Amino acid sequence: MGNPNVGKSVIFSRLTGVHVISSNYPGTTVGYTQGTMKLGEGQAEIIDVPGTYTLEPTCEAERIALEMLPSGDVVVNVVDATNLERNLYLTLQLLESNVPVVVALNLWDDTKHRGIGIDLDKLRELLGVPVIPTVAVSGEGIKDLVSIIPRAVSPPQKARTSEERWAAVGQIVAQVQQISHRHHTWLEHMADASIRPLTGSIMALAILAGTFVAVRFISESLISYAIDPLFERLWAPVILRLSDLLGGSGLLHDLLIGNTTGGEIDFPGALGLLTTGLYVEFGMVLPYVFSFYLALGLLEDIGYLPRLAVLVDTVMHRLGLHGYAVIPTLLGFGCNVPGILATRILESKRERFIAATLISIAIPCASLQAMIFGLVGDRGVEYVLMVYGTLLAVWVVLGLILRYGVKGFTPELLIEIPPYRVPSRQAVLQKLWRRIRGFVVEATPIVLGGVLLINLFYSFGIFDAIADAAAPVVTTVLGLPKEAVVALIMGFLRKDVALGLMAPLDMTAGQLVVGSVVLAMSFPCIATFVILLREFGLRGVLKATAIMVAASLIAGGILNLILS
Amino acid sequence: MTEKPRTDGERLTAARMATGQSATVVEIKGGQGLVNRLDALGIRPGKRITKVSAAFMHGPVVVRVDRAEVAIGFGMARKIAVQPD
Repeated sequence: MGNPNVGKSVIFSRLTGVHVISSNYPGTTVGYTQGTMKLGEGQAEIIDVPGTYTLEPTCEAERIALEMLPSGDVVVNVVDATNLERNLYLTLQLLESNVPVVVALNLWDDTKHRGIGIDLDKLRELLGVPVIPTVAVSGEGIKDLVSIIPRAVSPPQKARTSEERWAAVGQIVAQVQQISHRHHTWLEHMADASIRPLTGSIMALAILAGTFVAVRFISESLISYAIDPLFERLWAPVILRLSDLLGGSGLLHDLLIGNTTGGEIDFPGALGLLTTGLYVEFGMVLPYVFSFYLALGLLEDIGYLPRLAVLVDTVMHRLGLHGYAVIPTLLGFGCNVPGILATRILESKRERFIAATLISIAIPCASLQAMIFGLVGDRGVEYVLMVYGTLLAVWVVLGLILRYGVKGFTPELLIEIPPYRVPSRQAVLQKLWRRIRGFVVEATPIVLGGVLLINLFYSFGIFDAIADAAAPVVTTVLGLPKEAVVALIMGFLRKDVALGLMAPLDMTAGQLVVGSVVLAMSFPCIATFVILLREFGLRGVLKATAIMVAASLIAGGILNLILS
Repeated sequence: MTEKPRTDGERLTAARMATGQSATVVEIKGGQGLVNRLDALGIRPGKRITKVSAAFMHGPVVVRVDRAEVAIGFGMARKIAVQPD
């Protein structure tokens, strides 16, 4: 346990080998993770919990941390060595609750260049528990920490009031810490500039625009120089061979390969498991997932996101949110699921509901964005801008409506801003790898299953029946061909596959824009749905879904009127 | 949550400090909830704080306390009474 953003998750990963996502902002961990480690002869179970400043919780994530406390035999209290005073407050509270404690004095390397000297022996003596200096990102001190865990003790403490506790902390700090003066580093100058309104806004725009361009550039380069040639030169001959072996037609051929008219394979449109199924996920979506998470990981680890939160706080309040909601929202651009989970760092239930609803409606995930770039981008950049512009407008308007429609109040912003850190290459790559693996493991079966299902439905004419039934709404209100119904329904499974289904429909650019917007806004995909259900209960999901359907029909209808 | 606009002639607050100015916290003029939350972040009477920045239109105020930077909503910052150096 420990304060937010002191490196608890990194220590946990080091101890157990179980990798959990860690970043440079308070509130990265919002749930608990269990893992085991070898301890002497036996095994010990370790739990990673969200950070908390005190044992009196103020948000959902802190509440989770507290609920875990009684189940621990030993508490590894991770302390930020560069901010001893504030961190020791929690340490004393832990000691007072009579659990055996060891202290990991993390970020130890930072104390040196920040001009802080700490007398370790004195600190051990005053606290009465083992204290080990650690540098979790590099692994320094972890072995010592492991060997000391069995020696955790719970020295007798008297219960203190908050004031007495601060006084005690003050006495300890005065005896163990020495600070020598030194000049601002360039990182600190950057830190100050990026939070002032004028310079900060300019930097924020530059950073977000730069990120967008970089993500696009990296993904497109990957697609045209690596992945497309791979599919065209290596995979296409294999598929054509297989097609011949299967006789060029028949149910199995259609399921696996799909259309092969003219001896050419149209990977996005063939609709076979081994063609479209693989290509949509690995050829179109994966490159975007890769570059998005690379960029996000860097921004996270540098420590930029909380500063962005402060800058946008005023605007976000107009939407019934506070600035910190920008972090879940940004995560939502990767995948809505972690985005919605991250709303746990928000304090009130109302904010959480508004933020989660806005994410699931107006924030397109990386998979969907990849398809929007791929399909809509073919018709011209202006159409891509139209999709994004509409979604942004929806986000703002819906936020305003929810602000007045959902009861409760939005508390004011109160967050700690971490210092900028130079991200460790290993940490960034490891996080990227974990996220990509997560994407591939979760998406592959659903994408392939979805393509299979679509093929079967087509073969048995089930889609025609559904399309006919829903046709009036789709054709009149949205101005889409009735076959698009199929794609919209498939959106419940996965949005990327669904948009892919619109590709062969021969739609105008305007129709494609309407289709993308409606697809982005309407029903959440199944994974998002499950998360919403878990976090907000059935009533919450029904409420959110009703808002979604209404909002997507209204936005799609208006867009259709403008474009046609 | 709305607070009466106050002229606050006699006492400077964190909300109205100038950027770069340092001051000592005198009192948190708020309920126990606010006092506790600020306390947890190390902002309590007797602590010296330095204002790092303020956002447009009564947006959050950023102060440095010890070696941590904390962003505080404008309304909360208005309840932190300070004594300038």
